[in-house]
This record gives sequence, structure tokens and C-alpha cells, in this order.
Amino acid sequence: MHLDPPATMPQRHTHSAGPLRADGSRRALRVGLGGPVGSGKTASVAALCRTLRDRWSIAVVTNDIYTREDAEYLLREAVLPPERITAVETGACPHTAIRDDISANLEAVEHLEETLHPLDLVLIESGGDNLTATFSKGLVDVQIFVIDVSSGDDIPRKGGPGITTADLLVVNKTDLAPHVGADLAAMAVDAERQRGDLPVVFTSLTSDDGIREVADWVTAHLSEWRVKAAV
Amino acid sequence: MSRAALLLLADGRFPAGGHAHSGGVEAAVAHGAVHDTESLEAFCLGRLHTTGLTMAGLAAAAAAGHDPLLLDDAADARTPVPALRAVARRLGRQMMRAARATFPSEDLELLAAERPRGAHQPLVLGLAARAAGLTALDAAYATAYENVSGPATAAVRLLSLDPLDASGLLARLSPDMDAVATAAARAADRVTTEGVDALPSASSPLLDIIGEQHAAWTVRLFAS
Amino acid sequence: MSHAAQIVDDRAASTGSLSGAEEPAGHPHGVRATARIRATYNGRATTLPQLRSDGPFHLRRMRTDGNSAKVGIIGAMSAPLGGDRLTIDVTVEDRALLEVTTAAATLALRGPTAAPATYDVRLTAGEHAGLRWLPRPLISAADSNLRQTCHVELASTARLLLREEQILGRANEDPGHLVSRLLVHRAGRPLLDQQTAYGNPEPGWDGPARLHGHRAVGQLLLVDPKMGTRHDPVLLRTGSRDGCAVLTPLADGRALLATAVAPTSSVLRELLDEALAHALRG
Repeated sequence: MHLDPPATMPQRHTHSAGPLRADGSRRALRVGLGGPVGSGKTASVAALCRTLRDRWSIAVVTNDIYTREDAEYLLREAVLPPERITAVETGACPHTAIRDDISANLEAVEHLEETLHPLDLVLIESGGDNLTATFSKGLVDVQIFVIDVSSGDDIPRKGGPGITTADLLVVNKTDLAPHVGADLAAMAVDAERQRGDLPVVFTSLTSDDGIREVADWVTAHLSEWRVKAAV
Repeated sequence: MSRAALLLLADGRFPAGGHAHSGGVEAAVAHGAVHDTESLEAFCLGRLHTTGLTMAGLAAAAAAGHDPLLLDDAADARTPVPALRAVARRLGRQMMRAARATFPSEDLELLAAERPRGAHQPLVLGLAARAAGLTALDAAYATAYENVSGPATAAVRLLSLDPLDASGLLARLSPDMDAVATAAARAADRVTTEGVDALPSASSPLLDIIGEQHAAWTVRLFAS
Repeated sequence: MSHAAQIVDDRAASTGSLSGAEEPAGHPHGVRATARIRATYNGRATTLPQLRSDGPFHLRRMRTDGNSAKVGIIGAMSAPLGGDRLTIDVTVEDRALLEVTTAAATLALRGPTAAPATYDVRLTAGEHAGLRWLPRPLISAADSNLRQTCHVELASTARLLLREEQILGRANEDPGHLVSRLLVHRAGRPLLDQQTAYGNPEPGWDGPARLHGHRAVGQLLLVDPKMGTRHDPVLLRTGSRDGCAVLTPLADGRALLATAVAPTSSVLRELLDEALAHALRG
């Protein structure tokens, strides 16, 4: 196949997280949600969808350890129509799929962008992993790290890339703090020491509108993203 | 040519999606067919001489500059079950993304435009090898190696095998990888005079069957 | 050249060329035979202007109900044996309908030499022609060495039903060396191309990625341009120990392939019959 050379060079956005789609239109903001198993990532995604779905066009990519468990939870909870939820298999290495080899996740995101155009927001939930898992900047624009009080109030002190560098740290299940003897004030101090000016939010998803602060943070980024892309 | 480019292409960490695929090992483990290092080695040997040889031939032919669209048809004819065709094209898309970023070339752009839903992965690898200045034999080697290293790595995760044993078995398979890569490259040489039918079509009916079975599972660790 | 390299290269050379342009030399003790069948349509029914028996292939016209023709192949001598060069050439011209069967299983034996035998089947079907190629199983007996090819050329509107069954070893014996290639073109383009190789010295032939203890493998191919293009895969038995099969659409569409492995020839036939029932229902 030796035809005329193509008029343009390979377009960068086909293999990185540039802000525009192939047709020049703005792509959706990509928000990663990572954190240890059981900290409430999937519940946070569900709550974000319920809070934001009336205002924005949203899709979700899950990276389950066992394929489709989280995706099926979201489907069961009916937070979004099924065509807006995609599961990516991770070959027993969830951190690889969001950090070292993001191609399957990019495929999934781009497929959603194509089929649901125009899309405002894609939430990418990592498979439950340890404290070192972070998202590649080639995959997400901002990332949220979700931990919970019941796994020990020393987690912020221990740090790790997720705790120290995520754009937002969510400390979930604050309603359990009295029962597990977790010191929320100490967690806040440790988190600030690890993160400097980066924000921390304490949530309890059992209360009405417990996700509000996180939803507001996402909305602020989304508004900023739209302004930036419109320029 | 740069031999280092071959190392990059064959590296399991090359970000082209391979880590999420077991090459049939997850299904074979579930059937009890692969359960230890010895059975894993037998699995890898069988896979290498069937699917491995066929894929290496396609990669070599693409690297040699044969028409990738004809090769894509030939790959379809050699992949009778839809689950494995879908996997081959999905991995082809992912390889295309990595290859365009790593070894940009006009051939890759043209194939990406012709096959937006993905071409069979070995062809994309072959074109990437060509763009990197590698030979047909190099492309066959990368494909043959990937055909056994992928399942071996997956089995280490699935069965908690000693990774040193897995490396040992890959080393023992080296002469077989040499043989497969060499035969694949020779067959690619014959495409000019005999057409794509000259390429190997070695197949394993059992791998086709368990590949399709695996795709129907609702709970699994690997995408294939 | 290493042992493995020798095998891989031999295998490629033995079934690689299907053009029929070069005649293999054969062995001085071997039989060389080419049987030919040609079916044509005379405006009312299918006739058989050519029915050429040769060597071990005795061809017999069989009674049919409708306007199709049927030919039975009867083994006139034990074949293939090592060194034999056997060919069956079947042409079904435009609009003709032909079914070909064999009266008994084909048994590959060692014969006077360990040299490989070749057994080439060439099937050609024209526009609106229909061919049913339904031979009994091929049995690879201990110490036999056979290279089999089945090369099918279909016009774009031709219909085909083809069954291939391979039994690896008679009861409780190891199989010989059997290399077999099935290559199907439709309208000149490859539709299906598969080569299998079993028995010593094939690397890993009985391992978990290949036979895994099974001794019967088979395929059933149904090509019909009038077939709907939408077919979901059918899984027949999902274990692997007791035999299993899948019925799947080929990439080109309007063609279904059943692939089966089984411990015995009877289980294999059950699976293929079940698959055929599914295919015809779809």
C-alpha cells in the first residue's frame, strides 16, 4: 500500500490525553478514582453519578479485579443506563491498567466518547489496590484518592503516592469513626502534612447528600475544563 | 536497523495491552489442564507451535512489506472463532496506539485509517517493526516470544508459580522459538511468489474452543 | 538445523503448496492414484459425465431421491500407506448438486516405508452449485505418516457442507504422524485456513494447548450464501475432559464452523451432529 503521503503528521491526541477529539471537538473531562479495596470507590462513583447526571452527560469505566463486579453493582443500582458503563479487564494487575499500560482504558474511554457524543465527564474507577496506585496523566485529567477511617487512622500518616499526590483526597465512612476509634482530627493533620495545599474532604455516604463536597469539586474542575477547551 | 528497537517491541512492559490477556491459560487453568510449571511448559510449547507460528508468519509478512489488508483477511481465515478475532483486533488497536507513538510511519497511518476498528495485532506489530527498521525475522521473533511469555506471566499470577520457574521454562523454549521464528520468516519470503496461502496456518482446535468458552464467562481475571 | 526447526520446516513444506502444479516424486513402492468426479447440471438434474476410479478409490454412483447426484467412494485396497500419492479431485459445475461419502473409515498405515503418504482432496464448486463432502473418519494408525490436504474453491454463490473427522490411533495405540490442512477459498479469497499436526514428533501435540488427551478431533463447515449473517456462537458442553465443541460464524459471514475435540470417535460424531442441528436451525 503506497498511496500519497497523508497531509498531516500522526495526531498526538490519538495516543495521549490531549483536550480535543479527532474531529476537533472538546472531549470529556476524565476523572480517576483510586484507593484501597473497600474504601468506597464504587459507592462514591454511584453517588457522583446520581448527583451530577441531571446536569452533565456522564459515563463510567470500571477496572475490576474480577471482571464486571463493580460495573454490575452500578448497573444494579441503575445510576446510569447500561450503555454508559464499561468494564475493563485488568489481568489481575489493576494498577498496571491505570498507570503502566493504559491502552485498554483509553480504548474504553474513546469508545464511550464516540458512542455517547457529546460527553462531559468520564469517571474511571480503578480496581481496589494498595496505597501506591495512581493514574497515569495520559489517562485522566484529575484524580481522586478514596480511603476510609475504618482501615486505620494512621493511613494518611503512612502516605504513599495516592495519599500525597492525588488532586483530591477523600476520607470516607466518617460515620464509623466513633465505632473504630479513629481520630478524624489527627487524620486531617497528617493529611495536610503529606499533601500541603492539596484538598482533603471527609465524607459519609450514608448521610443524605454525603457526596456533595466531592461533587462540587468535580463540578469546579469540569467548569474550568470547559472554559479552557472553549478558548 | 536498531536491535534495541526489537527489545522495546518484545518487552512485556511495552504499553500495548498484552498484560490483560492470558493467551488461553486462564481457561486451561480452570479446566485443570495447566496446574504447575511442567503443564505450563507443555501448554506454551503447544501454543508456540500452533497459534504462535501462525501469528509469527503474519507479523513477518507485514514486516516484509506485504499488503496488510490482504494479510488481515488471511488472519481472519486463520482465526475461526469470533472471540479470538475480537481479541486480535482489540490488541491490534492497542498496539496501533503504542506503535504510532513509538515508531510513527506512513504504513501505520494508512492501516489505522483502513481498519479503524483494529487490524489483527501481529500485522500491526510487523508494521511497527518495519518502521523501526527491523527485519521480518525480528518481527517473527517478537511475536513468537510474546506468544509464550504472555501465558507464562499470566500463569504466574493465576497459580502463584515461582517466577524463576517461569523464566526457566521460557529459556528452555528458546530453541523452539528460534525454529518458529525462522520458519515464519521463510514462509513470509514465499508470499511474493505464492500469495498469502504460503503463510503458516497452524492451529489448535482446543485453543479455539476454550477461547470461545472463556469469552462467555462472567467472572474472569483476564480479557482472554 | 535443530530438531524443532526440522519439524516446523518439514510441516510447512509438506502441506504448504496446494497449487498442485508440482507433482511430488512419491516413493518407488507407493501407489499413485488420482480419482476424479465431475458433476454437471443439464437443466433438469445433476449428471456425472466423469467418474474416474483409480488405485484405492473405487467410485460408485448411488441412488438419490431428488435432482442431486451422490457418489460413494469404496476402498479397493488398503490406503494410504507410507509413500503413497493419492488425490481425489471433485468438480461440481454451476447449479449441480453433489454429495460424496465413503463406505468405510480411511485408515492410514505405515506400509513398506516410513516415508510420508500424501492424500490431497481438491473440491471445486461453481455458481449456485451445492457440494456435500461427508467422508467417514480418517484414522491415523501407529507408525503411519500422512500429509493430508483439503483444498476447496467455492464460487461466491456455491453451498458447501464439509465434515472432517480425525481419529488419532486405533483402540489403545499411539497415533502416527498426521499433518492436515484445510484451506477454503470463496470467490478467490481465503475463508478458512487451518493446519493441524498430531503425533510424534510434533512438539507438544498431546499437551494442554493441543489435544490434552483427546483422540478425536473434527470440524464441520457449512457455507451458504443465503444464510443470515447474524449468528451467536454456540458452546456445546463446557468441560474439556469429556469432549466439547463450539459452533461459530467465520469472519466472512454466511459460513459456520463447528470445531470439536473428544475422547472417542462416537462422542466426536455426537458433538458434530449436535452442532449441525444448531447450524441448520439457525
